[in-house]
Amino acid sequence: MRLSALQALCIIALVAAGTQLTRWVPFWLFPEHRQPPPVVTYLGRVLPPAMMGLLVVYCLKGVSWSAASHGVPELSSILLVAALHRWKGNVLLSIAGGTGLYMLLVQLVFA
Amino acid sequence: MEQLEEHSWRAAARAAFPVTIPVLTGYLCLGMAYGLLMQAKGYGPLWSVLMSALVYGGSIQYVAITFLTTAFDPVQAFVLALMVNARHMFYGLSMLEKYRGTGMARPFLVCTLTDETYSLLATLEPPSGVSRQRFYTAVSLWDYLYWVIGTALGGFLGMLVTFDTTGMDFALTALFVVLFLEQWKVPENRPAAVIGLACTALSLTLFGATNLVIPAMAMILTVLLGQRRRLLCA
Repeated sequence: MRLSALQALCIIALVAAGTQLTRWVPFWLFPEHRQPPPVVTYLGRVLPPAMMGLLVVYCLKGVSWSAASHGVPELSSILLVAALHRWKGNVLLSIAGGTGLYMLLVQLVFA
Repeated sequence: MEQLEEHSWRAAARAAFPVTIPVLTGYLCLGMAYGLLMQAKGYGPLWSVLMSALVYGGSIQYVAITFLTTAFDPVQAFVLALMVNARHMFYGLSMLEKYRGTGMARPFLVCTLTDETYSLLATLEPPSGVSRQRFYTAVSLWDYLYWVIGTALGGFLGMLVTFDTTGMDFALTALFVVLFLEQWKVPENRPAAVIGLACTALSLTLFGATNLVIPAMAMILTVLLGQRRRLLCA
C-alpha cells in the first residue's frame, strides 16, 4: 500500500521533526553562552567511550549466537580488526581488513 | 583574504576526507540499500532522497518504511522517531564543549550528528593547521553527502549493481570497533568503555534486539552518575 503524496510528505516531515528534535534538545537545554553544570560536563567526558561500547554491541544485536554461523563471522572479523589495529594502528587498514574478511565469510563460507 | 579563506576550507575538506572513508563505504551501501528498498515499496528516488536529506538517520528511515506502506499514522511515526533516536541526546551532551564557538556552522553540525559522525568527532582531534570548526564541518558534510548520494544511487540505478555487496555494511561495525579501541587507548576512558559494553550487553539479554537502546541508555546513565566520584578520580 502506498500513501497519498500529501500523507507521505506528512510522515516524512514528522519523522524528520522527531529525529532532529533529539539532536537539538541538549543544545537548547545548555546554550553556548551558559556554562553547563559540572555533572553535564562530566557526562560529556565519560559518555563517548561508553557510547562507543553501546554502538559496538548494538551492531551485533542481530547475531544469532545459538543458531547457524553462531556469530563466528562477526567475532573473527572483529578480532582481525583489533589485531590489525594493534599492529599498524591504521584506521583504514583495520576497517578494510575486517570488512573484507566478513564479506568473504558471509558470502562464501557461511552462505 | 578571500583566497586564504577558500584555501583553508579546502584544506579542511582534504584533511577530513581520509577519516570519513569508512563512513563512505558504509553509508553508500546502506544508503543504496535504502533507495532500492524504497523503490521496491513504490517510492521513487525523489522520495527516498527527500527522506535521507531531511531525516538523515539510518535506522529510523528503515523503520519509517513501515509508516509509508501501512495505514496513515503520523503520531506514531513521530513518537517512534523520538524513541529510536533518543541516543542522539547523549551525543549532543558530549559535543556541547566541542561545538562551542563553531558559530555559523553550529546548526549544520547539530542537524547532522549521526552515530558515525559523532563517533569520529568525539574521538578525533583536528590535524594541526585546520580549525576545529572547519574540520568538524567538513567531516559532517562528507558523511551527509555519502548518505544522500548513496540513497540517490540506490533509487536511480541500484538495479545495475552486479557484484555481491552482502556484508559490506560491516564497515560501520568495524568503524565503531576501531573508535572504541581509540577511546580505550586513553586509560581514564576504560571504566566508562566497559560500562557501555556491559550495560548494553545486559540490556540486549534482558530486553531483546528490538528494544535494547533505551534501557541500555538508562543503565549507562545510572552507572556513570553513580560512579561519578570514582571515575573522576581515575
